[in-house]
Amino acid sequence: MTLAEKILAAHSGKDKVSPGELINVRVDLVLSNDITAPISIREFERLGVDRVFDPHKIVLVPDHFTPNKDIPSAIQAKMTREFARAQGTLYYEVGRVGIGHVLLPEQGLVLPGDVVVGADSHTVTYGALGAFATGMGSTDIAVAMATGEVWMRVPPTIKFVYHGKPREWVGGKDLILHTIGDIGVDGATYMAMEFHGEAIAGLPLSGRFTMANMAVEAGAKAGLFRVDDKTLEYVTPRAGRPFTSYESDPDAQYERVVEYDISNLEPQVAFPHLPSNVKPVSQARDIKIDQAVIGSCTNGWLEDLQVAAQILAGRQVHPEVRCIIIPGSQQVYLEALKEGLVESFIQAGAVVSAPTCGPCLGGHMGVLAPGERAIATTNRNFVGRMGHPQSEVYLAGPAVAAASAVLGRIASPEEVLS
Amino acid sequence: MLKGKAFKFGDDISTDDIVPGRLAPLRSNLPELAKHVLEDLRPDFVSRLSPGDFLVAGKNFGLGSSREHAPLSLKMAGVGAVLAKSAARIFFRNAINVGLPLLICDTDAIDEGDELEVDLASGKVHNMTKGTQLASGRMAEVMLRILEEGGLVEYIKKYGDFELP
Repeated sequence: MTLAEKILAAHSGKDKVSPGELINVRVDLVLSNDITAPISIREFERLGVDRVFDPHKIVLVPDHFTPNKDIPSAIQAKMTREFARAQGTLYYEVGRVGIGHVLLPEQGLVLPGDVVVGADSHTVTYGALGAFATGMGSTDIAVAMATGEVWMRVPPTIKFVYHGKPREWVGGKDLILHTIGDIGVDGATYMAMEFHGEAIAGLPLSGRFTMANMAVEAGAKAGLFRVDDKTLEYVTPRAGRPFTSYESDPDAQYERVVEYDISNLEPQVAFPHLPSNVKPVSQARDIKIDQAVIGSCTNGWLEDLQVAAQILAGRQVHPEVRCIIIPGSQQVYLEALKEGLVESFIQAGAVVSAPTCGPCLGGHMGVLAPGERAIATTNRNFVGRMGHPQSEVYLAGPAVAAASAVLGRIASPEEVLS
Repeated sequence: MLKGKAFKFGDDISTDDIVPGRLAPLRSNLPELAKHVLEDLRPDFVSRLSPGDFLVAGKNFGLGSSREHAPLSLKMAGVGAVLAKSAARIFFRNAINVGLPLLICDTDAIDEGDELEVDLASGKVHNMTKGTQLASGRMAEVMLRILEEGGLVEYIKKYGDFELP
């Protein structure tokens, strides 16, 4: 069995599961946010159930339109808060909150071998820890909160192997954009992606989170990594309960195996309006930008801010660019402060925001006007994603986003450093 | 039997196309949200839609967010069913869970404005305008049962759990 199949078998009381099989899965953690929780709560109440199945396995994270953007957002956040308090679920907010997908691993709430379902498509992020994590809608999540179970079809797995050592400034974002550019936005629909190879072994956890996070951008149900020393180093000090590390069998059946030699891969940029519209940064020059966003559940990790600071420290953001930097959590923010990264950003003329999903979905903290163009370390560049339908989003990693902020146009880090 | 006319869309229609993220604070007001469905792609879509009409799309319909207000507001705007060559998985689940039928079939055989009849139980799509019949991939039993009950909440209320047949 593959990694995904092993975790699903263990959570459905079966010795073996096969792709296509419909199973009932017991979940270890259920997640919802300030946009999706209100509908989950309404549906939960319609179910006529009094209590959630286990308050310690439900976490509500108001991270999208918080700190409350406007009155409707405040009402949604209030509804989420009141439900969390009444049910005694795990709950984080302003001052203690982070973008859920950064916060949950950081708090040790997701561990290897877990099954996690969330009313948020980027729930797939936790696959970086060797967990099976997938996004669903509010109604599925309402039922999961009530019963602790979901039905699932066991996905086939595609194995991706990344050979070679990445060049300087090439990170997880570039590997996953390259992959989505190759297989397309429906290249892994309904499937699990499993990431292997020399380049993956060398990748820090933050880069693995970035890759797993965007598995959904290829349509995948989950994106998984095997547990190695780096995973254990991250997880062990955080874990408050036992966990199991699963590994794919040597004779596991894959839908297909895709191999890349990434030794010469340049930093990648996804052009509007699909994450699959990917080109190397050398083919993305002379594209003027109005805004650079560094952060989000994709690239809001401390390592991402360190990369951005290597480029921004001692330099100035281009006078015609608004550079917005959003640490993924309060912990990341604090570390960035201690390391002097925040000071470098402010000296460079960037703004550093409280953790929020904010601009990624055109919510707040950096919405685009008609005709404006942003480079962003976020995950989606659909029409109107960051604001007006006539605005444009280019996706890249933190190195390219920071370099572009300095030069006022899409640029590679080498152009800034030379 | 569902009846209505076809509104044709292309490939890769995202949840942000259906309901842009900028409108998400309107979530507590679904009827208001339903007025904006697909407006960035076709500003007159909602005003021309009659209850029960079909949204006919290409491949990978509904890619993107897990936000359930995408299928909910399509349903609330009056869409009778979505017909597509393929659908993104979260959208598919959500559509079934909120009681919006979604059928997978070769939508190249359907043009804008065609009058259609759809039989969910058999998965047959009858194109009245062209006088042709299309087969759609039959839904899994559990999905059909959820749709029959009008959505997942009603299904769970009736059956109590997911015990599969």
